[in-house]
Amino acid sequence: MASTLINVPPKAKRGDIIEIKTLTSHIMETGFRHTAAGELVPRNIITSFACRYNGTEIFRADLFPATAANPFVSFFTIAKESGKFEFEWIGDNGFSTTASASIVVE
Amino acid sequence: MKHTSTTRRSFLRLASSAAVAGSVPIVTLRRLEATPAMLSAAIRNVVGEAPIRTGKVKLDIPPLVENGNTVPMTVSVTSPMTPEDYVKSIHVFNEKNPQPNMGNFYLTPSAGRAQISTRIRLADTQKVVAIARMSDDTFWSVSVDVVVTLAACTEEVN
Repeated sequence: MASTLINVPPKAKRGDIIEIKTLTSHIMETGFRHTAAGELVPRNIITSFACRYNGTEIFRADLFPATAANPFVSFFTIAKESGKFEFEWIGDNGFSTTASASIVVE
Repeated sequence: MKHTSTTRRSFLRLASSAAVAGSVPIVTLRRLEATPAMLSAAIRNVVGEAPIRTGKVKLDIPPLVENGNTVPMTVSVTSPMTPEDYVKSIHVFNEKNPQPNMGNFYLTPSAGRAQISTRIRLADTQKVVAIARMSDDTFWSVSVDVVVTLAACTEEVN
């Protein structure tokens, strides 16, 4: 399980537009680099990221080798109701990690 | 000091006469404006045959990047983000990395604001293109030139 960092405001007013920031630790090996001996280092990246808000998908991203190591993605959503954000990252070699954060909407 | 066989003046005279004669092409200055085939192919993959208009999209990226390994980037699109009129997706492309895609981001009207941020790698001084797909399936784009001093992606592994 890779370590992740999620930034969601713990509290918001109903209807507020909130920013969600996510970071996960991953090497994001491009598959274009060579070792000093000339061997190609195989690709190992996160290919997909998704966020669900109380079960409904609100954001999804496809990532590529052009994403920097330890991918950072931030986006916005409207605070509609109290509940839970669930995050999922999927990548090469069966990589998968999840995280969650809760919010209280008043 | 007695190496005066080539003075600055005589060198300049020689260089200018060579340039006039056109026999010695010293430096060819050409602006790379044409979009490479890989970039346009990647864009056509997403857009299809639909026309791409310029505008509505804003791409915030430093114009001068010291380290191409991690470059902060924000894309925002002018949109009311209502169920009738919203941004479906944002696609970011580059011109000169080993492959042209940088990221696809899929939004819903519940986003409230059509804006995403991430950190990218840039292998060279190049053009970055962001394209937004609206809910009415029109495409809007912006392109930004970025100068990179230390390249990413293809360096040796230590």
